[in-house]
Amino acid sequence: MVIERIEAQLPGAVLERHAFRGDETITVAGTSFLAVVDFLFGEGFQMLLDVTAVDLETPEYRFEVVYHLLNLASQARMRIKVPVADGAAQPSLTGRFKSADWSEREVFDLFGIPFEGHPNLTRLLMWEDFPGHPLRKDFPLDGGDIFCSNDIGASYSPEARSLNA
Amino acid sequence: MEPTTQSTRPDGDRMIVNMGPSHPVTHGTLHIVLELEGEIIVKATPNIGYLHRGVEKLGENLTYQQFIPLTDRLNYCSSLMNNVGYTLAVEKLLGIQDPPRSRVLRVLCSELARIGDHLVCIGINAVDIGAFTAFLYLFRERETIYDLFEMMAGQRLHSSFTRIGGLFRDIPPEFEPLCEQFLDSCPRTVDEMEALLTHNPIWADRTKGVGAITPENAISWGYTGPCLRAAGVAQDLRKAQPYLDYETYEFDIPVGTTGDVYDRYLVRTEEIRQSLRIVRQCLDRLKQIGPGPVIIEDYKIALPPKEKVYTRMESLIHHFKLIMHGIDMPVGEVYGATEAANGELGFYLVSHGGKSPYRIHVRPPCYPIFNSFDEQVRGRIIADAVSVLGGMNVIAGELDR
Repeated sequence: MVIERIEAQLPGAVLERHAFRGDETITVAGTSFLAVVDFLFGEGFQMLLDVTAVDLETPEYRFEVVYHLLNLASQARMRIKVPVADGAAQPSLTGRFKSADWSEREVFDLFGIPFEGHPNLTRLLMWEDFPGHPLRKDFPLDGGDIFCSNDIGASYSPEARSLNA
Repeated sequence: MEPTTQSTRPDGDRMIVNMGPSHPVTHGTLHIVLELEGEIIVKATPNIGYLHRGVEKLGENLTYQQFIPLTDRLNYCSSLMNNVGYTLAVEKLLGIQDPPRSRVLRVLCSELARIGDHLVCIGINAVDIGAFTAFLYLFRERETIYDLFEMMAGQRLHSSFTRIGGLFRDIPPEFEPLCEQFLDSCPRTVDEMEALLTHNPIWADRTKGVGAITPENAISWGYTGPCLRAAGVAQDLRKAQPYLDYETYEFDIPVGTTGDVYDRYLVRTEEIRQSLRIVRQCLDRLKQIGPGPVIIEDYKIALPPKEKVYTRMESLIHHFKLIMHGIDMPVGEVYGATEAANGELGFYLVSHGGKSPYRIHVRPPCYPIFNSFDEQVRGRIIADAVSVLGGMNVIAGELDR
């Protein structure tokens, strides 16, 4: 129902939707993302539980930033996915939700997706001069040779080891 | 506690104090940089990541079953609850349900783990503030809980008790007498702890009004669990979005008013009592249900019993296929949330089919709570930072993943 209201209010904003196993999910274009979040906030989705991303390795939009919202009044959940190209910035939600602070820093740290408007966008879990972004699919599981190289942003060999190989 | 002096020194004359990374009150390896003006905290910068092991990256390269031991190491004070939360998320992805006996046992072990986690949280919070006696009383009960876990899972801390589709094994016959004994002794210990703390003026001085938060603020920060309930929001996933048939158990949700450390303590204390009620109902239900399977008999998901593997060709093939190729997962994405001791523990799984998840993300409950640390301690004295940190129950294992 909420999704229908979004579609009525902001036509064309919802690119795709599914409810696999009961999880309401919408894919939203980056341009209408903030409007959709504002609308959902007004509808009662006032808790931002989590921000994360998925590296899809598709040529056009490499990443998908994934937001999980909770409506405390109706106990409904909503997942918003926003396709983001490699290097493109995603608008920050820190003005709307305080919990976006560390969540967005973590996504920036582990995926290298910058968040526009974040007041303190620095690395969170990895150290300051850590080369690369570990949760990208092209980052090798064993971390490459980070302890031998100071070359920030070094590319890694694709034939790096994996646990089950 | 009220600050004693107000400093008027200029901005550049701040003292920097490092709390951690190795400090008795930082449970796990946390680092907090405190900027002080006299005794008063002007700015607190938590610096996390010392315990970052790359659990999510590892998960992408392991099978769904192999990830269970990694969930033990998230919140190591209540590892059973992480096991349950993770397997429930995977079962949601598969669209299956475990057998009734396993569901009751999962509730039983979750609640025991919750009691254990709350006991540790209150005990450690008290010992940080200087009340050593309460800590010793509580840890005696925690030992019994760990003995119970050892009977269940064979391990005390890192239990890895659940499997996708059920449990690793049934509880042994000697479990029930010890659990009954625990149900008898734990309420008395909680009473003794309350006698030591609840009306203790020193404890009240150190905790009342410290870390107070409004419900709106708590929601904006993404608080869940006891910290959110202490702020006056009656949000408990066991009631609000029941899983594992929690709606059929009788228990109440305690709610605080101010959200300060004292209220968090009271909420946790009451939750221990409510969890004991649930454990009682679980033991009765287990008797009612009687012996039965604790894992589903779909051998494409759960391993067949060893006797069958050694005697039957088909079971041997199933065993081989499961170990070598893993479970054939449907393509899709799910977010499975459970009410862990600290709040909402979420697992976001993205499956592109195959044996390993394409992406696995853990939403640890104490992560957004610890994010608000600066706001909680700003303008207060260093001693308050200690009690706020204890009241948040920050577990570095799940914070850093």
